[in-house]
Amino acid sequence: MGVEVTVEGLTKSFGRQLIWGDVSLTLPAGEISVLLGPSGTGKSVFLKTLVGLLKPEAGSIWIRDKDLPKLSEHDLYEVRKLFGVLFQDGALFGSMTLYDNIAFPLREHTKKSEREVRDIVMEKMEMVGLLGAEKKLPGEISGGMRKRAGLARALVLDPEIILFDEPDSGLDPVRTAYLNQLIVDLNQQVEATFLIVTHDINTARTLPDNIGLLYHRHLAMFGPREMLLCSEEPVVRQFLNAQRVGPIGMAEEKDADELAAEAESGQEIPPLPPVPVQLPPSNGLPRRTQRPPGEWCRQNGVTPPPGSFEGVDWTVPDEGTVYSSRYAQPVDGDQDTVTLRRREG
Amino acid sequence: MANPVTAGLAQAGGFFAFALDTIRAFPRRPFQFRELVQQAWFIASVSILPAALVAIPFGAVISLQLGSLTRQLGAQSFSGAASVLAVVREAGPIVTALIIAGAGASAICADLGARKIREELDAMQVLGIDPIQRLVVPRVIASMFVAVLLNGLVSVVGVAGGYFFNVIMQGGTPGAYLNSFQALGQLADLVSGEIKALCFGAIAALVACYLGMNAKGGPKGVGDAVNQTVVFAFMLLFAVNFIIVAIYFQVVPQKGS
Ligand SMILES: Nc1ncnc2c1ncn2[C@@H]1O[C@H](COP(=O)(O)OP(=O)(O)OP(=O)(O)O)[C@@H](O)[C@H]1O
Ligand SMILES: [Mg+2]
Repeated sequence: MGVEVTVEGLTKSFGRQLIWGDVSLTLPAGEISVLLGPSGTGKSVFLKTLVGLLKPEAGSIWIRDKDLPKLSEHDLYEVRKLFGVLFQDGALFGSMTLYDNIAFPLREHTKKSEREVRDIVMEKMEMVGLLGAEKKLPGEISGGMRKRAGLARALVLDPEIILFDEPDSGLDPVRTAYLNQLIVDLNQQVEATFLIVTHDINTARTLPDNIGLLYHRHLAMFGPREMLLCSEEPVVRQFLNAQRVGPIGMAEEKDADELAAEAESGQEIPPLPPVPVQLPPSNGLPRRTQRPPGEWCRQNGVTPPPGSFEGVDWTVPDEGTVYSSRYAQPVDGDQDTVTLRRREG
Repeated sequence: MANPVTAGLAQAGGFFAFALDTIRAFPRRPFQFRELVQQAWFIASVSILPAALVAIPFGAVISLQLGSLTRQLGAQSFSGAASVLAVVREAGPIVTALIIAGAGASAICADLGARKIREELDAMQVLGIDPIQRLVVPRVIASMFVAVLLNGLVSVVGVAGGYFFNVIMQGGTPGAYLNSFQALGQLADLVSGEIKALCFGAIAALVACYLGMNAKGGPKGVGDAVNQTVVFAFMLLFAVNFIIVAIYFQVVPQKGS
């Protein structure tokens, strides 16, 4: 069962350049959170700060009873064992085969015999669908495979917190869909706390339990998925719906003139699109931390845009496990195949 | 940050902190013996051939120059000693420095720089491995070891080249060549050459590792780091060479003076 991460007033600069300031958020234990933001807003820097690779100027990162930025180098190496990190391109060791890459953390940190190592490595490779590629070198495989291998390596020590830096960048839509499914299934199995940095709006809208948006050197908003998808806040609205109308411009934020011109030209802000249902695990059963569609809206008296949740009546509390109308209901037996076929269709 | 003076000082400070971290990591277990052997083999493989090829003309030039100079001064009988000492004391370590910085250090920097921008080093730290202990220490030791070997190689090849040119081309006598060497040379010459080589190896590898591990900005950043490595390593090696030579003449009494 994952670990909660609480960030308070975190500030990071490089020299005189402030990257982001006063970021406070809580990654709830076992939930999937997504961090969004325009390029260069310091999302990767945020992930690196979370694992202690970069030191923040101010603020705390609480994991259990430890405040990460204040830890000694030695304690930091201990706390890092809670983390698994998937770097942007997998960050595999180029001189080792995939098998050795994935076995590396086990050989370094455990006294397991080669037999046990082999069993674990094979299990993780199967999990990410890489069986048969053990002997390949990282240079010989595709980007998507490198990411999956990086994921297998991050999983091998059974981390409580898993950070993903753009797992879907550079992947085609089909691979992205597979990877997202893998992430959801993984969360269902290992129940670790997930934080995913992504640029893919579709991923951000359907995958997570929580969404955060970094913008203009601060955290614009962080909260449950439905809260952000129903939000009227201009920045959040513009980003989550990939619109041109709004405060975010091509370079950074738009200046006052541009905004005035935009208002004058009478460009209509398009209406909020419907809130989609969350991507369910492929066995059809909900994840432990997953909430029924519309629950947050109902509890907070927010009316989602029309057509949300694919027709599920969000106004009545949902007792069952029917979280998605698109996918077959998880009753028994061979539902897996049905959901799979549907997804491919 | 824009101020080049503060930037330069920050760079120097960062380098010294890095060198201290590396020295502190020397005794830490488990020692990376395999990495050490691999790296020593790797550095040797990129540097031995160029070193030998540079050493022959270097030895020849020195013995030709000194041969004609000693003749002009009427001290022909000392031409052997002069060229052997020049090769062992100076030319050997200098050629070693050139090759270690130009071939060994640049290769180390390119390797670590590529790992840095592929985030391999970050991944390593997240997996609880200290890259200094794992990667830097074996490289520094390997580089020192290879530098000492190279210096020996360059000295032998240079002296042989010098002998060839002096005795065969300029008509010196083998007896005078060896005799004069006995009169002026001493073991301390070779020892000082090897100590120099040891320092050169360590410094070149430290510079290469430091710049490689701090490369940023994609493949171009690695190229810049390699370029800086060669430049800084040369500058540092020549400065250190001067210091060691100054100390040598203070500490070691010279024969015949
Ligand atoms: N080690 C560093 N030293 C100095 N500046 C840095 C360093 N790392 C990152 N930056 C700067 O911090 C800013 C944020 O970088 P970061 O890589 O976190 O952006 P990002 O949000 O991940 O962008 P993208 O979506 O393009 O990956 C950039 O302006 C970058 O130049
Ligand atoms: Mg990034």
